[in-house]
Amino acid sequence: MEERNVDTNSRELVVVAEKENLSKVLEFVDKQLEKIECSMKAQMQIDIAVEEIFVNIASYAYHQEVGKATIRVEVKEEPLTVFLTFIDKGVAYDPLKKADPDVTLSAEEREIGGLGIFMVKKNMDDIQYEYKDGQNILTLKKKI
Amino acid sequence: MNIVKKIEGTKLEIELEGRLDTTTAPELEAEISQSIENVTELIFNFEKLEYISSAGLRVLLSAQKIMNKQGSMLVKNVDTTIMDIFEVTGFSEILTIE
Repeated sequence: MEERNVDTNSRELVVVAEKENLSKVLEFVDKQLEKIECSMKAQMQIDIAVEEIFVNIASYAYHQEVGKATIRVEVKEEPLTVFLTFIDKGVAYDPLKKADPDVTLSAEEREIGGLGIFMVKKNMDDIQYEYKDGQNILTLKKKI
Repeated sequence: MNIVKKIEGTKLEIELEGRLDTTTAPELEAEISQSIENVTELIFNFEKLEYISSAGLRVLLSAQKIMNKQGSMLVKNVDTTIMDIFEVTGFSEILTIE
Protein backbone atom coordinates (compact mmCIF):
# COMPACT_ATOMS: atom_id res chain seq x y z
CA MET A 1 0.00 0.00 0.00
CA GLU A 2 1.31 3.35 -1.03
CA GLU A 3 -0.04 6.86 -0.62
CA ARG A 4 1.29 9.98 -2.29
CA ASN A 5 0.52 13.51 -3.37
CA VAL A 6 -0.02 13.86 -7.10
CA ASP A 7 -0.11 17.65 -6.84
CA THR A 8 -1.36 20.17 -4.29
CA ASN A 9 -5.03 19.36 -4.86
CA SER A 10 -4.78 15.69 -5.44
CA ARG A 11 -3.66 12.62 -3.52
CA GLU A 12 -3.68 8.97 -4.45
CA LEU A 13 -3.58 5.54 -2.87
CA VAL A 14 -2.31 2.38 -4.56
CA VAL A 15 -3.60 -0.88 -3.04
CA VAL A 16 -3.92 -4.51 -3.97
CA ALA A 17 -7.40 -4.85 -5.49
CA GLU A 18 -8.94 -7.09 -2.83
CA LYS A 19 -12.21 -6.67 -0.97
CA GLU A 20 -10.27 -6.90 2.29
CA ASN A 21 -8.75 -3.50 1.46
CA LEU A 22 -12.12 -1.74 1.22
CA SER A 23 -11.88 -0.21 4.70
CA LYS A 24 -8.39 1.18 3.93
CA VAL A 25 -9.68 2.71 0.70
CA LEU A 26 -12.67 4.31 2.45
CA GLU A 27 -10.45 5.57 5.26
CA PHE A 28 -8.17 7.20 2.69
CA VAL A 29 -11.06 8.85 0.84
CA ASP A 30 -12.78 10.03 4.03
CA LYS A 31 -9.50 11.56 5.23
CA GLN A 32 -9.38 13.68 2.06
CA LEU A 33 -13.04 14.69 2.53
CA GLU A 34 -12.37 15.80 6.10
CA LYS A 35 -10.25 18.62 4.71
CA ILE A 36 -13.28 20.18 3.05
CA GLU A 37 -16.77 21.10 4.19
CA CYS A 38 -18.65 18.00 3.17
CA SER A 39 -22.13 17.12 4.45
CA MET A 40 -22.85 13.70 5.96
CA LYS A 41 -25.12 13.00 3.03
CA ALA A 42 -22.48 13.84 0.40
CA GLN A 43 -19.88 11.82 2.30
CA MET A 44 -22.18 8.79 2.38
CA GLN A 45 -22.92 9.12 -1.33
CA ILE A 46 -19.20 9.29 -2.08
CA ASP A 47 -18.46 6.32 0.22
CA ILE A 48 -21.12 4.27 -1.54
CA ALA A 49 -19.67 5.11 -4.96
CA VAL A 50 -16.14 4.27 -3.80
CA GLU A 51 -17.29 0.98 -2.29
CA GLU A 52 -19.24 -0.11 -5.36
CA ILE A 53 -16.44 0.72 -7.80
CA PHE A 54 -13.60 -0.65 -5.69
CA VAL A 55 -15.45 -3.89 -4.92
CA ASN A 56 -16.20 -4.27 -8.63
CA ILE A 57 -12.51 -3.93 -9.48
CA ALA A 58 -11.56 -6.31 -6.66
CA SER A 59 -14.11 -8.89 -7.85
CA TYR A 60 -13.72 -8.79 -11.62
CA ALA A 61 -10.72 -6.85 -12.94
CA TYR A 62 -8.02 -9.46 -12.44
CA HIS A 63 -10.05 -12.70 -12.32
CA GLN A 64 -8.09 -15.09 -10.09
CA GLU A 65 -4.90 -13.07 -10.27
CA VAL A 66 -3.75 -10.32 -7.97
CA GLY A 67 -3.48 -6.79 -9.32
CA LYS A 68 -3.43 -3.25 -8.06
CA ALA A 69 -5.89 -0.39 -8.06
CA THR A 70 -5.17 3.30 -7.80
CA ILE A 71 -7.69 5.61 -6.14
CA ARG A 72 -7.09 9.32 -6.67
CA VAL A 73 -9.00 12.06 -4.89
CA GLU A 74 -8.84 15.54 -6.33
CA VAL A 75 -10.58 18.59 -4.89
CA LYS A 76 -11.32 21.61 -7.06
CA GLU A 77 -12.73 24.84 -5.75
CA GLU A 78 -15.37 27.27 -7.00
CA PRO A 79 -17.58 25.43 -7.19
CA LEU A 80 -16.28 22.90 -4.67
CA THR A 81 -16.05 19.60 -6.52
CA VAL A 82 -14.52 16.23 -5.72
CA PHE A 83 -13.11 14.04 -8.50
CA LEU A 84 -12.49 10.38 -7.74
CA THR A 85 -10.42 8.43 -10.24
CA PHE A 86 -10.06 4.64 -10.22
CA ILE A 87 -7.33 3.06 -12.30
CA ASP A 88 -6.67 -0.65 -12.79
CA LYS A 89 -4.80 -2.76 -15.33
CA GLY A 90 -7.39 -5.52 -15.45
CA VAL A 91 -9.73 -6.58 -18.24
CA ALA A 92 -11.35 -3.70 -20.11
CA TYR A 93 -14.69 -2.99 -18.48
CA ASP A 94 -16.95 -0.01 -18.94
CA PRO A 95 -19.44 -0.02 -16.04
CA LEU A 96 -21.51 2.65 -17.80
CA LYS A 97 -22.58 0.08 -20.39
CA LYS A 98 -24.37 -1.95 -17.75
CA ALA A 99 -28.13 -1.58 -18.12
CA ASP A 100 -29.94 0.04 -15.20
CA PRO A 101 -32.11 -2.26 -13.10
CA ASP A 102 -35.85 -1.65 -13.16
CA VAL A 103 -36.41 -0.08 -9.76
CA THR A 104 -40.19 -0.20 -10.06
CA LEU A 105 -40.43 -4.00 -9.85
CA SER A 106 -41.78 -5.82 -6.78
CA ALA A 107 -39.54 -7.76 -4.40
CA GLU A 108 -40.41 -11.03 -6.13
CA GLU A 109 -39.54 -9.69 -9.56
CA ARG A 110 -36.37 -7.94 -8.48
CA GLU A 111 -33.11 -9.77 -8.90
CA ILE A 112 -30.57 -9.80 -6.15
CA GLY A 113 -27.77 -7.60 -7.39
CA GLY A 114 -27.21 -5.12 -10.20
CA LEU A 115 -27.75 -2.14 -7.93
CA GLY A 116 -24.16 -1.08 -7.32
CA ILE A 117 -23.38 0.82 -10.51
CA PHE A 118 -26.90 2.23 -10.56
CA MET A 119 -26.32 3.75 -7.11
CA VAL A 120 -23.05 5.27 -8.33
CA LYS A 121 -24.82 6.86 -11.31
CA LYS A 122 -27.56 8.26 -9.09
CA ASN A 123 -25.22 9.64 -6.45
CA MET A 124 -22.58 11.27 -8.67
CA ASP A 125 -22.92 14.28 -10.97
CA ASP A 126 -20.85 12.83 -13.78
CA ILE A 127 -18.97 9.63 -14.67
CA GLN A 128 -16.35 9.25 -17.39
CA TYR A 129 -14.82 5.97 -18.51
CA GLU A 130 -11.76 5.55 -20.64
CA TYR A 131 -9.55 2.56 -21.56
CA LYS A 132 -6.08 3.80 -22.28
CA ASP A 133 -2.64 2.16 -22.39
CA GLY A 134 -4.06 -1.06 -21.00
CA GLN A 135 -5.76 0.68 -18.09
CA ASN A 136 -9.36 1.18 -17.07
CA ILE A 137 -9.73 4.78 -15.95
CA LEU A 138 -13.02 5.70 -14.33
CA THR A 139 -13.57 9.23 -13.05
CA LEU A 140 -16.48 10.23 -10.85
CA LYS A 141 -17.40 13.85 -10.28
CA LYS A 142 -19.36 15.07 -7.27
CA LYS A 143 -20.26 18.67 -6.54
CA ILE A 144 -20.21 19.38 -2.83
CA MET B 1 -21.07 -3.50 12.68
CA ASN B 2 -22.96 -4.83 15.69
CA ILE B 3 -25.94 -7.11 15.27
CA VAL B 4 -28.33 -7.50 18.19
CA LYS B 5 -31.02 -10.17 17.84
CA LYS B 6 -34.12 -10.36 20.02
CA ILE B 7 -36.34 -13.39 19.65
CA GLU B 8 -39.81 -13.58 21.17
CA GLY B 9 -41.69 -16.66 20.00
CA THR B 10 -41.92 -16.31 16.23
CA LYS B 11 -40.98 -12.63 16.27
CA LEU B 12 -37.39 -11.67 15.48
CA GLU B 13 -36.04 -8.17 15.89
CA ILE B 14 -32.62 -7.33 14.49
CA GLU B 15 -30.92 -4.14 15.56
CA LEU B 16 -27.98 -2.98 13.45
CA GLU B 17 -25.31 -0.59 14.59
CA GLY B 18 -22.63 0.84 12.29
CA ARG B 19 -22.06 0.15 8.61
CA LEU B 20 -23.83 -2.44 6.49
CA ASP B 21 -21.43 -2.83 3.58
CA THR B 22 -19.55 -5.39 1.48
CA THR B 23 -17.48 -6.39 4.51
CA THR B 24 -20.31 -6.74 7.04
CA ALA B 25 -23.29 -7.82 4.88
CA PRO B 26 -22.24 -11.53 4.89
CA GLU B 27 -22.38 -11.50 8.73
CA LEU B 28 -25.95 -10.25 8.65
CA GLU B 29 -26.88 -12.75 5.97
CA ALA B 30 -25.49 -15.59 8.10
CA GLU B 31 -27.36 -14.36 11.21
CA ILE B 32 -30.62 -14.16 9.28
CA SER B 33 -30.34 -17.58 7.67
CA GLN B 34 -29.52 -19.08 11.06
CA SER B 35 -32.62 -17.67 12.80
CA ILE B 36 -35.30 -17.09 10.18
CA GLU B 37 -36.76 -20.58 9.85
CA ASN B 38 -39.84 -20.28 12.08
CA VAL B 39 -40.08 -16.50 12.11
CA THR B 40 -43.38 -14.94 11.04
CA GLU B 41 -42.54 -11.38 12.03
CA LEU B 42 -39.15 -9.91 11.18
CA ILE B 43 -38.30 -6.41 12.34
CA PHE B 44 -35.15 -4.45 11.50
CA ASN B 45 -34.30 -1.57 13.76
CA PHE B 46 -32.06 0.87 11.87
CA GLU B 47 -31.83 3.53 14.55
CA LYS B 48 -28.05 3.09 14.86
CA LEU B 49 -27.33 2.16 11.25
CA GLU B 50 -25.00 4.72 9.68
CA TYR B 51 -24.48 3.45 6.16
CA ILE B 52 -25.82 0.97 3.64
CA SER B 53 -24.41 -0.05 0.25
CA SER B 54 -25.76 -2.39 -2.43
CA ALA B 55 -24.35 -5.38 -0.52
CA GLY B 56 -26.66 -4.46 2.37
CA LEU B 57 -29.61 -3.89 0.06
CA ARG B 58 -29.13 -7.38 -1.36
CA VAL B 59 -29.46 -8.91 2.12
CA LEU B 60 -32.61 -6.88 2.81
CA LEU B 61 -34.13 -7.94 -0.51
CA SER B 62 -33.49 -11.62 0.09
CA ALA B 63 -34.93 -11.32 3.63
CA GLN B 64 -38.01 -9.60 2.17
CA LYS B 65 -38.44 -12.41 -0.35
CA ILE B 66 -38.31 -15.02 2.42
CA MET B 67 -40.74 -13.08 4.63
CA ASN B 68 -43.20 -12.59 1.75
CA LYS B 69 -43.62 -16.38 1.92
CA GLN B 70 -43.75 -16.87 5.67
CA GLY B 71 -44.96 -13.69 7.34
CA SER B 72 -44.15 -10.00 7.45
CA MET B 73 -41.09 -7.77 7.56
CA LEU B 74 -40.82 -4.25 8.90
CA VAL B 75 -37.94 -1.76 8.84
CA LYS B 76 -38.11 0.92 11.50
CA ASN B 77 -36.23 4.05 12.57
CA VAL B 78 -34.75 4.77 9.14
CA ASP B 79 -32.91 8.10 9.05
CA THR B 80 -33.05 10.51 6.11
CA THR B 81 -29.71 9.61 4.49
CA ILE B 82 -30.61 5.91 4.41
CA MET B 83 -34.15 6.76 3.33
CA ASP B 84 -32.66 8.58 0.33
CA ILE B 85 -30.89 5.37 -0.69
CA PHE B 86 -34.14 3.42 -0.34
CA GLU B 87 -35.94 5.95 -2.52
CA VAL B 88 -33.31 6.07 -5.29
CA THR B 89 -33.21 2.27 -5.55
CA GLY B 90 -36.97 1.72 -5.33
CA PHE B 91 -36.56 -0.09 -1.99
CA SER B 92 -38.99 2.37 -0.39
CA GLU B 93 -41.68 0.63 -2.47
CA ILE B 94 -40.53 -2.91 -1.71
CA LEU B 95 -39.97 -2.59 2.03
CA THR B 96 -42.48 -1.74 4.71
CA ILE B 97 -40.89 1.20 6.47
CA GLU B 98 -42.21 2.64 9.71
